[in-house]
Amino acid sequence: MSSQGIILSGLDGDRTWRLADYIKRGGYDALKKIIAEKLSADHVIGEVKKSSLRGRGGAGFPTGLKWSFMPRAFPGAKYLACNSDEGEPGTFKDRDILRYNPHAVIEGMIIAGYAMGCERGYNYIHGEIFEVYTRFEEALQEAREAGLLGKNILGSDFSFDLFAHHGYGAYICGEETALLESIEGKKGQPRFKPPFPASFGLYGKPTTINNTETFASIPYIIREGGDAFLALGKPNNGGTKLFSVSGHVNKPGNYEIPLGTPFADLLEMAGGVRGGRKLKAVIPGGSSAPVLPGAVMMDCTMDYDSISKAGSMLGSGAVIVMDDSTCMVKALERLSYFYFEESCGQCTPCREGTGWLYRVVHRIENGLGRPDDLDLLNSVTANIMGRTICALGDAASMPVQSFIKHFGDEFAFHIEHKKCLVPQDVQREGSKIYVA
Amino acid sequence: MLEIEIDGKQLQVPDGSTVMEAASKVGAYVPHFCYHKKLSIAANCRMCLVQVEKAPKPLPACATPVTNGMKVWTHSEQAVKAQKGVMEFLLINHPLDCPICDQGGECQLQDLSVGYGGVESRYQEEKRVVGNKDLGPLVSTDMTRCINCTRCVRFTTEIAGLMELGQAFRGEHAEIMPFVEKTIDSELSGNIIDLCPVGALTSKPFRFGARAWEMSRRKSVSPHDSLGSNLVVQVKNDVVKRVLPLENEELNECWLSDKDRFSYEALNGEERLTRPQIKQGGKWIEADWPTALEYVANGLKSVRTEHGADAIGALASSHSTLEELHLLQAVVRGLGSDNIDFRLRQTDVSADAHRAGLPWLGMNVTEIGALDRLFIVGSFFRKDHPLVAQRVRQAVKRGLKVSVLNPVVDDWQFKIDSKIQVKPSAVVASLLAVAKELAQKTGQALADVFLPAAAKIETDAAASAVAASLASGKQVAVWIGNYAQQHAEASRIEAVAQEVARLSKGKFGVLGEAANTVGGYLVGSLPAKGGKTAAQMLAAPLKAYVLLGIDAELDTQAGQRALETLGKADTVIALSAFKSESALAYADVLLPIAPFTETAGVFVNTEGRAQAFYPVVKAAGDVRPGWKVLRVLGQLLGLDGFDFDKVEDVRKLILGAEQQPERSRFNNLVTVESFALAAPVTGVERIADVPIYAADPIARRSAPLQKTRDGQAPALRASVSTVAKLGLEAGGKAKVKSLSGAVIVPVVADDGVVDGSICLAGAHADTSALGGLHGEVSVERV
Repeated sequence: MSSQGIILSGLDGDRTWRLADYIKRGGYDALKKIIAEKLSADHVIGEVKKSSLRGRGGAGFPTGLKWSFMPRAFPGAKYLACNSDEGEPGTFKDRDILRYNPHAVIEGMIIAGYAMGCERGYNYIHGEIFEVYTRFEEALQEAREAGLLGKNILGSDFSFDLFAHHGYGAYICGEETALLESIEGKKGQPRFKPPFPASFGLYGKPTTINNTETFASIPYIIREGGDAFLALGKPNNGGTKLFSVSGHVNKPGNYEIPLGTPFADLLEMAGGVRGGRKLKAVIPGGSSAPVLPGAVMMDCTMDYDSISKAGSMLGSGAVIVMDDSTCMVKALERLSYFYFEESCGQCTPCREGTGWLYRVVHRIENGLGRPDDLDLLNSVTANIMGRTICALGDAASMPVQSFIKHFGDEFAFHIEHKKCLVPQDVQREGSKIYVA
Repeated sequence: MLEIEIDGKQLQVPDGSTVMEAASKVGAYVPHFCYHKKLSIAANCRMCLVQVEKAPKPLPACATPVTNGMKVWTHSEQAVKAQKGVMEFLLINHPLDCPICDQGGECQLQDLSVGYGGVESRYQEEKRVVGNKDLGPLVSTDMTRCINCTRCVRFTTEIAGLMELGQAFRGEHAEIMPFVEKTIDSELSGNIIDLCPVGALTSKPFRFGARAWEMSRRKSVSPHDSLGSNLVVQVKNDVVKRVLPLENEELNECWLSDKDRFSYEALNGEERLTRPQIKQGGKWIEADWPTALEYVANGLKSVRTEHGADAIGALASSHSTLEELHLLQAVVRGLGSDNIDFRLRQTDVSADAHRAGLPWLGMNVTEIGALDRLFIVGSFFRKDHPLVAQRVRQAVKRGLKVSVLNPVVDDWQFKIDSKIQVKPSAVVASLLAVAKELAQKTGQALADVFLPAAAKIETDAAASAVAASLASGKQVAVWIGNYAQQHAEASRIEAVAQEVARLSKGKFGVLGEAANTVGGYLVGSLPAKGGKTAAQMLAAPLKAYVLLGIDAELDTQAGQRALETLGKADTVIALSAFKSESALAYADVLLPIAPFTETAGVFVNTEGRAQAFYPVVKAAGDVRPGWKVLRVLGQLLGLDGFDFDKVEDVRKLILGAEQQPERSRFNNLVTVESFALAAPVTGVERIADVPIYAADPIARRSAPLQKTRDGQAPALRASVSTVAKLGLEAGGKAKVKSLSGAVIVPVVADDGVVDGSICLAGAHADTSALGGLHGEVSVERV
């Protein structure tokens, strides 16, 4: 964990997750400022808009804009939800935020609740990181005892309750409407949109859902101003962002850097490619983002626009680095298995298609590929993409399409020669580094 | 209104319409599986993807709301490409063995695959296999064929009211299943067979019985409950193979209750009576029709000569046709007797003399949707009127508030706003308490006749809550159910319920007990000039009885006592579609008459709608339509008014040229001349329901229905505290004794039953020894 930023900074000490430690780092100053200066909801949303903060969950939707969609004069309950259902391969930033800096998320949610007039919030935490859930519960308890949560926060007439809710590890519950279904106690399956959560969300009430990192960025924006946050990054790509660097690097981990930092710098921070091997490919934004060849990646800067221009997505910022010992067919087989396993089974194309994709890739990897398999894969992905209720179908298709697009020759070799283009000994050589 | 253009055709649709609804208006068929007009939108099959102007990708027609100026193409290249893509996915794991599938020939997937499927599959991998589920005796499963459209799940949740099915597991492993080890016990379960667009859910009784194209489809009307559901009876080689709903938005919509759907199994059963039989010297001999009818006519004539016409009585089933009910009363009256009744489970019919017209629901069933308050008095509503309850359930979702007064509050699968649960003997007083509260809350005066009794009773919170609910309504209805009509104080209940309706400015309705209850009143198949009622005829023996379509010990309130009474008669003539052990014992002549599938007739439903139907199959054996048998009998007896050639002639005589009852004849008003509360009862009282599949001779002989949960033998149901107080043990057995006899039945703890009373079903051989349906009983552990 390393930081040039705002969320992870100051987390080198012991028990940084405690309220006292957070307050020492300037925590809850933003909230106190809002309460003391009686800042209007419009002002708060205005600052968030100014900051150009974009959703850190993967879609990169401007947060201020999302907040302004919430109906102001709605009579009755409105809800806030934090999406900490971090389950995509390669992504591990939110759990570190919750583990080391939970109060930043709590403060961010309280401020969001204030700005949107929500009286109640839920933090939906992925079921496979249970110790994070228990730690967050402790943090909530601290906040409640300090009068930061509950009725009449800090003596004002603003009340906000926040609850932790853990899932059971289903990837699909990270889809915001499936997440809402899950909180409601139902099977986690995405809802058809429209209606969108801003008009018909949790229990049918207007609801805003943001990512953990998004909420954790809010206190800084309010404390230092939206402009200060924007200045950390580059235009339209405000602030710093956490990147979960994994794969074939020497120092995998979370790195918080300003948006717009060159990929090469990030790679260097992560200690470079392991064993000094050659960079082969990078998935820049979590396993659902299209893969990019290493050379393309080295010319990119780490921000939404640059990665998008290169043909992929910044997504959640999970950077999966692959060196030249990687068999791309094997890598895709693993990814396809994930989507096959995690499809919710609701929509026909995804339910049936993800299994088909996996089986064909599996067949190719195992030397049973057929000449027209690549056309078949491309055709099946085209039939899945854009035909489903949620984006899981797209998420399953994009890796397949991009792997074939950039590394088609490896697939063709596999089909023709019934074995990997990357020789077995090279692959073993790569693995050895960690086996030893 | 919104403007939309679909496939180049302009039209206007109301706000909130979907593209699917708009497309169906212009006759553009959009292929679909999960969409169903009566169910919520799931948008999961993705078959209905269409091209929408300015949309980057195809959108599902079922879930896309129309926006003004929208342009849609349902069959453009983009749309068809998307639809074909989805079809390919649907088929990759679906068995392509239509020839051995029960759904073959009537399968939505099979039909649409002709238009959208490929010639051969590109999917070369192993196909998914899904284990079958045991959903009970009615629905058979072939889960590998399931396409996960979730129509069945949504049906059980939304229409039947209880989530009995769900989609478990994820992705390719997703399966539709009931809760672990549970079956589908809904009384509407058969509808999931119709809803299933593939062969995953099929009819267990019908399974592999015939192919869809081999059967003729013939219209008919259900002979069971008082809704008069419209049927399509499917017939092959003059055998009824299965029954499906005939859509009628005003009655059954596109649904059928399981009783309507599966009772036909009885028609092909062993117990059918197919030849006239005469008992001579204690032995049954088959006879031809002229001989049998001659014998009957002579028998009746000699009884009249020897004992007078008043020694002759007739009991008719309220499931008989209008023509049968009319002709039977004409025969009885022609003989000079007034002893005729069709309300066989009722004991208190003293309101007869004070009726202003024919009792009916007081409204059309379609008007249920507009109600905002409904008070149901004395009813096992969900089981007695499954599809009316379904309508109420939908209305409740839209804001209808339902109040109930019943000794047993079982789960009706919709929210009950307020309830009064009292023992049978306290029903009248509790109802009066509601009237009293209501008068107070609305500032009206209680009718004078009730004042003395009302002064004596205390009201309570429950009565106040019901009154408050009714007082706050704008469209109110008060209905009395079958239980109220079968209650020992039925006329008092009716009188006070009517007063409650008046005070709440609502409609008063009488839920018809059976398919032709209203018809029975219409043709006057009841004593009019001091004749004996059904209860009286069975209390003291007459010399001759004519029974029309009944099992005497099961279709009457008298139970076993009916057999004793009939046994003492000189002659008992049974017109029936079935034979039974007991009929062979008490009857002297058995005349096989046609069930509804083999005769023409009319049923008048609870809203007073006459529905005619015609035979769908040839009569079995020597079976004759009841109206023809009664016509010949009338002629043999030398009576006037039996010269009919066609069933239509009888019908015209009853209904006039309009073929519908005159609306002015329907009137629920009962004049109440005096009113007093009965003496309190202190002992344990029995509450008897008439189980859904025991209610009539056809349903009780349908083997699959008898295997369902609702078809199980009656048990003593009592609240946990009552079970303890009576010294019983749940799961054990109890001996229940009445004045007539005793039975031993299993004990089930059920807190839906009011404390201090027991619920033990009637209309069943296991309990018929108890005689009446209600009254005090003693209970002991065995």
